[in-house]
Amino acid sequence: MNITTALARLLIFPGLLFAVPAAWFFLWVERKAVALMQGRVGPPFMQPFYDFIKLLGKGTPPRSGISGLLMRAWPVIAVSSAAGAVGLLPVLPASGGFEGDLILLLALLELPSMCIIAAGFSSRSIFGEIGSAREAVLSVSYNVVFLLAILSIAASQHTFRLEALAQIPPSSVPWLASLLHWLGILAVLICLPAKLHLNPFSLPNAEQEIYSGPMVEYAGPELAMWELSHGLEWVAATGLVATLAAPHVTLAWLAILIFIGLCFGIVLLLSVVASATARLAIDTTVRFYWQVTLIFAVLAISSALFMRFKS
Amino acid sequence: MNLWNKLMCYSRRRSPWLFHLNGGSCNGCDIELIASLTPRYDAEQLGVRLEGSPRHADILCITGPITHNAVEAIKTVYGQVLGPKAVVAIGSCPATTNVFIDSRTLDGPLNKHLPVDVFVPGCPPRPDAIILGVAKAAEILALRAAKQWPDESVMVPILEQGAACACSDSAESKPSPESTPSEVQP
Repeated sequence: MNITTALARLLIFPGLLFAVPAAWFFLWVERKAVALMQGRVGPPFMQPFYDFIKLLGKGTPPRSGISGLLMRAWPVIAVSSAAGAVGLLPVLPASGGFEGDLILLLALLELPSMCIIAAGFSSRSIFGEIGSAREAVLSVSYNVVFLLAILSIAASQHTFRLEALAQIPPSSVPWLASLLHWLGILAVLICLPAKLHLNPFSLPNAEQEIYSGPMVEYAGPELAMWELSHGLEWVAATGLVATLAAPHVTLAWLAILIFIGLCFGIVLLLSVVASATARLAIDTTVRFYWQVTLIFAVLAISSALFMRFKS
Repeated sequence: MNLWNKLMCYSRRRSPWLFHLNGGSCNGCDIELIASLTPRYDAEQLGVRLEGSPRHADILCITGPITHNAVEAIKTVYGQVLGPKAVVAIGSCPATTNVFIDSRTLDGPLNKHLPVDVFVPGCPPRPDAIILGVAKAAEILALRAAKQWPDESVMVPILEQGAACACSDSAESKPSPESTPSEVQP
């Protein structure tokens, strides 16, 4: 892959030109699905776009000093890292060249949540600090399971390369590897609501209790950037699961169609779960991830490693 | 008006985010404001979102007859909402202090302290009236983007209730600042 294809992947598909409308679309699907589940009509199709434009036209509170500078920087870092994560997704069949590996993708996926934590603390608001502390605790809880699940997939496939991981295990691999692959995808799916701050794990940005948490001091264009980074996180996180779960096809347009369809399905699933559940307290959330799902993640990775050493 | 301004007008009309503030209300209007978001009335069709932080909001919805305790809080929160912003007074209390008139605990009505854009009368007003009031306020925000409505910074709190008139729907008419408070008829 030469520089033009690399740029095309980063800027057109699955990069920015695809990712930004997809981010707005997924935000709309989330709100619409929740509305339909509650028996409402819900927002119009272009709603996230209108919100974004409106926020661009609003003012921002005056900020001074190094913390003001940092507060302006966090949303920009969050958006760029989320967009980079989307650009790395191996949607199209491999064509050589720069292949980001799984570790880079995971780091880029993790950066927005780090930015949220930092933003809450640099806002100096008590609500922002509580929200950041919750986000940090949540991040420590789900990331163990999330990373173990991804590692077990990588270990069962003997590679950290995204292009190789994107291909479903061919029929030659033992059934155990295939089973581990799907177990890993299931564990990643369980972590997604916490990663995307959806119910039942939406406690870092609780509107009623802590005034939207880390976002409390943000307004105008900066808030628009946060909304966009949240949408891009949607695309990146669901896209990661979709690329891991999608069957391997050589036709580019078919690969794109399967990718978008799978992403849409995952967004719908997560939104339905979000609208059917209520927000859990922090201790319940932590207990859920450390006691219930961690066991499965440890099982998955230990069997993956065992299989690796046996072969 | 260029394309960006047109887009901004349209987006402001379609995306009003609310912040709800209780100025000593009996909770009747608060319940009706929440009811306007429920499946029966579903204000989200207009893009309405009830926000947790005043920094995120465009429209400040104030209920209650403004007690002495609430005055400073209301002024602080009004300052925290970033421009362009609009104020909707929900119920008869913020408009006239209603049955609590001449009470020694009150410092109302609301437009003694803030420039109010839309009054929604009623005790409590129906949810559809509240939605109409919010839609009018969003219209005012859009007109401000088009510079066809006085800015909130030039509007001063006024006490003359006689100036209240219906908000004009056509974008062409340019109302005078005295006639800005518009009354919604349920």
